[in-house]
Amino acid sequence: VTQLIQLCFNGLALGARYALVALGFVIIYRATGVINFAQGALVALGAYLTYAFANGAGLPFALAVLLAVVCAAAFGAGVERVVLRRMVGQPVFAVIMITIGLLFIVQQAVTAIWGFDSLNLADPWGVRTVDAGGVVMALRDVWTLGIAAAILGGFFLFFRLSRLGVAMRATALDAEAALAQGISARRVFAVSWGIAGALAALAGVMLASGPAALSPGIGDIALVAFPAMIVGGLDSPLGAVAGGMIIGLTQALTAGYQQDIAPWLGSNFGSVMPYVVMIVILLVRPYGLFGMREVRRV
Amino acid sequence: MAQPHANLTRRYADDLRLFRSRPARAGLAAVVALWLLTPVFLTNAFWLSVLDYAGIAAIGAIGLNLLTGYTGQVSLGHAFFIGAGAYVAAAVGGDLGLPLVLWLPAAALLGAAVGALIGPFALRLRGNYLAIVTLGLVFLGQHLFRNLGSLTGGNSGTAVTAKAALGPVDFSALSLIGGQYSRNQGWFWLIWGVVAVCALLAKNIVRTRPGRAIQAIRDRDVAAEIVGVDLGRYKVAAFAVSSALAALAGALYGAYQQYVSPDEWTLFLSIQYIAIIIVGGVGTIFGAVLGALFLGGLPAVIENYSGSIPGVSTHAGDGGFISVFSLNQAIFGLLIVLFLVFEPRGLAAMWLRVKAYFKAWPFTY
Repeated sequence: VTQLIQLCFNGLALGARYALVALGFVIIYRATGVINFAQGALVALGAYLTYAFANGAGLPFALAVLLAVVCAAAFGAGVERVVLRRMVGQPVFAVIMITIGLLFIVQQAVTAIWGFDSLNLADPWGVRTVDAGGVVMALRDVWTLGIAAAILGGFFLFFRLSRLGVAMRATALDAEAALAQGISARRVFAVSWGIAGALAALAGVMLASGPAALSPGIGDIALVAFPAMIVGGLDSPLGAVAGGMIIGLTQALTAGYQQDIAPWLGSNFGSVMPYVVMIVILLVRPYGLFGMREVRRV
Repeated sequence: MAQPHANLTRRYADDLRLFRSRPARAGLAAVVALWLLTPVFLTNAFWLSVLDYAGIAAIGAIGLNLLTGYTGQVSLGHAFFIGAGAYVAAAVGGDLGLPLVLWLPAAALLGAAVGALIGPFALRLRGNYLAIVTLGLVFLGQHLFRNLGSLTGGNSGTAVTAKAALGPVDFSALSLIGGQYSRNQGWFWLIWGVVAVCALLAKNIVRTRPGRAIQAIRDRDVAAEIVGVDLGRYKVAAFAVSSALAALAGALYGAYQQYVSPDEWTLFLSIQYIAIIIVGGVGTIFGAVLGALFLGGLPAVIENYSGSIPGVSTHAGDGGFISVFSLNQAIFGLLIVLFLVFEPRGLAAMWLRVKAYFKAWPFTY
């Protein structure tokens, strides 16, 4: 039972990281209808910027994270302004491909600047753990869960109460009607990309800190966060969180038990488990667990 | 009696003809001559291999263009089908030792079968969802290829010993009247011959009834359904044909390279094919070939000349700031973005503009 609880905790912590990335996807998707494949590049950029600020410039870790989050947000908004705004009205295919192109460019730029080697983020958590009744919890994971919960709560309030949050929801619901009400769609788009950039940077820090190391492959997390977003439904922030948790849990449990229960699935099946879950759920519910059914008008 | 001008279409039969005007027929003859003569005069093994890889890429790109360019379904799963084709070549052509006329169609058939099997699941979804599910296909496929050790050799890969002999004609060691030809020369004729067949096949699909149906689906699926296009049937068929061509390309790739490993069937391979059709021209057959000529051999060219490109490191720690692999990825990413922003219809559109200019020359209208 202890092992089960242990795996569940690990899964939830992993899921929280997926949820942070998936939330970034969902916010951009809701506002602009674009799936941002470049989110993974923003994750890597945020993590490496933190490294640069903390190790290169010698700033305190918290300040470095804050600066990296701000920079990643600015970068996200800049990408929207320079590239994506030209693509308004283009077919889905073209927009997806643009973001994929951006993914490769930014990821390779990051590699070119910081190299392939694994780096140490110099975070305050290190490899320290908390022992709770036999369950060993990495301090980093505890913080991840805490930060993720705080951010999700913050977003809930932001979308409910702030003017900008309501403007974003209005634009997501009906861009033209929102424009007619005097809401600046451009600002909403830019803010959405900024928020996604900030979330990605945070996710990047959470991925690279603690026992994990910082390496260029960190951006690949976004490819695993896709199933999280799809499982939850493309346009539902709540779904992104639920999807992230589901994916994280199944991945951790599969990694823990699959070798004993079903060794014929091959080694490392846990790493492809998210895609299996995604496909199964899509077969049952084509728009995810919490997604809005697409209405086809003629 | 004066003939009407070639540009004038008077009958449906005229409209259907592939090579209507005299310049078009002359162009066809020139292309055939180029195909026959290139290996004779270009004997440099490296550049021949670049052209061979470009031809293989052209076959896969024609397939992807049918699905993405003509039917409008975004697929990131092309790499999976290419990999499947390569392993068919390894198993049917290599292990069973069957001849070219069997292993090449076998790869295409298996590709079509797998495509038709997966198609109905994938194509329930549209646009964004489809892109991500096919992304999952790449990862699941890679897991499969890594763990089916007996067929794929697992992580370490497998040798592909499929023979490229058509009756007495062996493309790997060609000896015709006039002399001996190297493997690269023989394979050039084989690969680009297959490209021509595939291009003709694809052209015939898109200019007839099924082609009009899939283009209607691309332009507006609801409208297509209302005018009587069976969405499911045509989407699955497009998926199957596209997968068959991908598997065909994969089989040739494996047999030409003689060795394949699961590390090759990654998302980046899918992205390469997408870059090819974007750069070449989405929704045109010859655009796919054009893009493949431009990009298909690019990784090999960059690798070969990496020593003379400043800032590129050929091995760890020689002062370059970007590796060959990274440079490749960055270039493909950059090309996708630049073409989509500035010339979304690709090289094919540039060519068509030039052609349109000369069609009415010297008048500009």
